[in-house]
Amino acid sequence: MAQATTKGASETKKQVSQSYWSLVWWKFKKNKTAVVGGIILIVFYLCFVGLAEFLAPYSLERRSNYTEAPPQIIRFIDAQGKFHLRPFVYGLEKHIDQETRKRTFKEDPSRVYPIYFFVRREPYKLFGLFPTDIHLFGVDESDPAASIFIMGTDSNGRDYFSRILYGGRLSLMIGLLGQFLTLLLGCVLGVISGYYGGATDMFVQRTTEFLNAFPDIPLFMALAAAIPKHWSPVTVYFMLTIILAFVRWGGLARQVRGLILSLREREYVLAARSAGASDARLMFRHLLPGTMSHVIVIATLSIPGMILSETALSWLGLGLRPPLTSWGVLLQEAGTVYAIRYAPWLLWTIPFLLITILAYNMLGDGLRDAMDPYGGR
Amino acid sequence: MVAEPSPQDNILLDVRGLKKYFPIQRGLLRRTVGYVKAVDDVTFFVREGETLGLVGESGCGKTTAGRTIIRLYEPTAGSALFKTRLLSPDGSPQMVDLLKADKQQLKLLRQEIAMIFQDPINSLNPRMSVSDIIAEPLVIHGRGKGPEVEEIIVNLLERVGLRPEHMRRYPHEFSGGQRQRIGIARALALNPRLVICDEPVSALDVSIQAQTLNLLQDLQADFNLSYIFVAHDLSVVQHVSDRVAVMYVGKIVEMADAEELYINPLHPYTEALMSAVPKPDPLYKSERIVMQGDVADPSNPPPGCYFHPRCRYAVDICSKQTPEFRELRPDHFVACHRAEELQLRGV
Ligand SMILES: Nc1ncnc2c1ncn2[C@@H]1O[C@H](COP(=O)(O)OP(=O)(O)OP(=O)(O)O)[C@@H](O)[C@H]1O
Ligand SMILES: [Mg+2]
Repeated sequence: MAQATTKGASETKKQVSQSYWSLVWWKFKKNKTAVVGGIILIVFYLCFVGLAEFLAPYSLERRSNYTEAPPQIIRFIDAQGKFHLRPFVYGLEKHIDQETRKRTFKEDPSRVYPIYFFVRREPYKLFGLFPTDIHLFGVDESDPAASIFIMGTDSNGRDYFSRILYGGRLSLMIGLLGQFLTLLLGCVLGVISGYYGGATDMFVQRTTEFLNAFPDIPLFMALAAAIPKHWSPVTVYFMLTIILAFVRWGGLARQVRGLILSLREREYVLAARSAGASDARLMFRHLLPGTMSHVIVIATLSIPGMILSETALSWLGLGLRPPLTSWGVLLQEAGTVYAIRYAPWLLWTIPFLLITILAYNMLGDGLRDAMDPYGGR
Repeated sequence: MVAEPSPQDNILLDVRGLKKYFPIQRGLLRRTVGYVKAVDDVTFFVREGETLGLVGESGCGKTTAGRTIIRLYEPTAGSALFKTRLLSPDGSPQMVDLLKADKQQLKLLRQEIAMIFQDPINSLNPRMSVSDIIAEPLVIHGRGKGPEVEEIIVNLLERVGLRPEHMRRYPHEFSGGQRQRIGIARALALNPRLVICDEPVSALDVSIQAQTLNLLQDLQADFNLSYIFVAHDLSVVQHVSDRVAVMYVGKIVEMADAEELYINPLHPYTEALMSAVPKPDPLYKSERIVMQGDVADPSNPPPGCYFHPRCRYAVDICSKQTPEFRELRPDHFVACHRAEELQLRGV
């Protein structure tokens, strides 16, 4: 501590004043992995949640005749070896597999479709507010056979790239929303439990133990199975979020409670109390902020679990159902041996899922180190 | 609630029979298997404008006593009459029992009693700026608005020897002594009349201790404060106190005028404590009285006088009867069976 004080003193000369959070930011910035994780997440949330319609060449449900078509690769060099400044894709051509007698599609180098940017296609509302019809890229659709499926299509002929973009929106949002609810429940109940102690504490603690004693997936399944089938998909989405939060708040509440117990006897809390501070002021001005650094780290590190739970549930057919599309729903559609054998591009969801989870973990680890700016631990 | 005004009119705080027992809980059902008698029947008073030193070894219940008086801990028994004008409709002074005050009265009374804590690191919220820390009592009691509060803060900072520009900084940017000054400024924000100083200097460097003590004394004169000054070390208390109360295992064993206590101690424990104070005179041959044994366990104190197992003057009665805390000479209280006959050595 003595060391930290002298260090702090010499630093104050350069930077006039540093709040706790500016110190955290300063330390976080030095951790490259964490910054990369953070940037990936910002980009992902921007692309999937904010700009999905703009980035996707097609709408979620737009079907074509090309079913289970392989990805059309974006090219610059044509069959004659000539370089084109404007990228293009080859058209798709029907093809019967001689062994399996199955109808498939193949790229046809004789048909070239240049890719145009900022094209006017299906109208949508940007950020749900501004009506527009500009999409990032597309091919000239005056030729009805023209198509651009950079990640192939599914068994209904829907563009898989567009579906991953839209699916990401639900998956990423359910992680955030669910975690937000978990935070709310966990923090409020944790603070109350730790601050008041006694019977309140007993009740909250036994409830969290009860919830923790259940294995997650069966509990999710039981709760998800209880959602009536006739509910609208949006209601189901929110119910699912609430279920995820409900099952997971216990761990956070316990952590918060533990921290509150140790903070409660700190002299600065006693000082505020001796000055006449109310319970609410003590809890939300002095105690809860003291747990915030831990809470943020725990929350960041548990968002992936939230996303994966949704994916697992939807994959099991208990979560979101079409027409709502999340990565879990996409994986469910892809999750057959048949698909893996004949349409491996349907597994494109997995890298996106993995990168998201990895990025959250990188960010969370970096935050954990940064939140403790005074100690080298 | 309202007690008879004390015959001595200048008494600010009159604590009688104060007890604070912490339950010892064991097992799954948290059954109470015993009590730590941290404060066990403590009686003392504080006069207006004076400093009462409260000394005793570590763990004897000084902190607990201080915190129970301002109701940071719920008292087990006793009364603490505090002279205040806040609760009477006509503003006349009244003795109000702090230990029985209800929530609203307590909030009002807390404007008049402040606390300074031992640990300058822990007693300031690391997430609040200095101005927020000092302003907090003002905000809680709805005193003043924006610029007014700022002015009060600037005045307080200057008064405790800090600069106004410090108010935008955070506690970790200050040295131990400066942090303690921030704590002092916070304690003074509401213009209290009684300040409980819980070992305000024991965490500080010796060189800073004297400065801080001098500051506290200057402030006492300026703001007309009364102090309860807790310390485990007689030499610090000697420096600042008008009167001194000596505590041993949850009880006050002796209370007297500082001068009188040093020259003429009546309790063997006081004598032993004083023999441990370093003397400035190198030629003085100190005969340090080494107490045998350990401090008694407050959850399982010995019968009779708690000090008797370590007392070199102990006789039969000491292990059988609890000595009464009595006024042996004017203003000199002691709890010892043999106080009249013993000739104890002062400094
Ligand atoms: N919250 C608590 N719960 C249970 N026991 C306590 C609590 N606070 C203090 N005690 C016990 O009460 C006794 C007196 O403690 P206290 O902190 O008042 O001593 P102190 O005289 O201030 O000592 P020090 O000089 O070390 O600060 C100790 O035995 C301690 O273990
Ligand atoms: Mg103490």
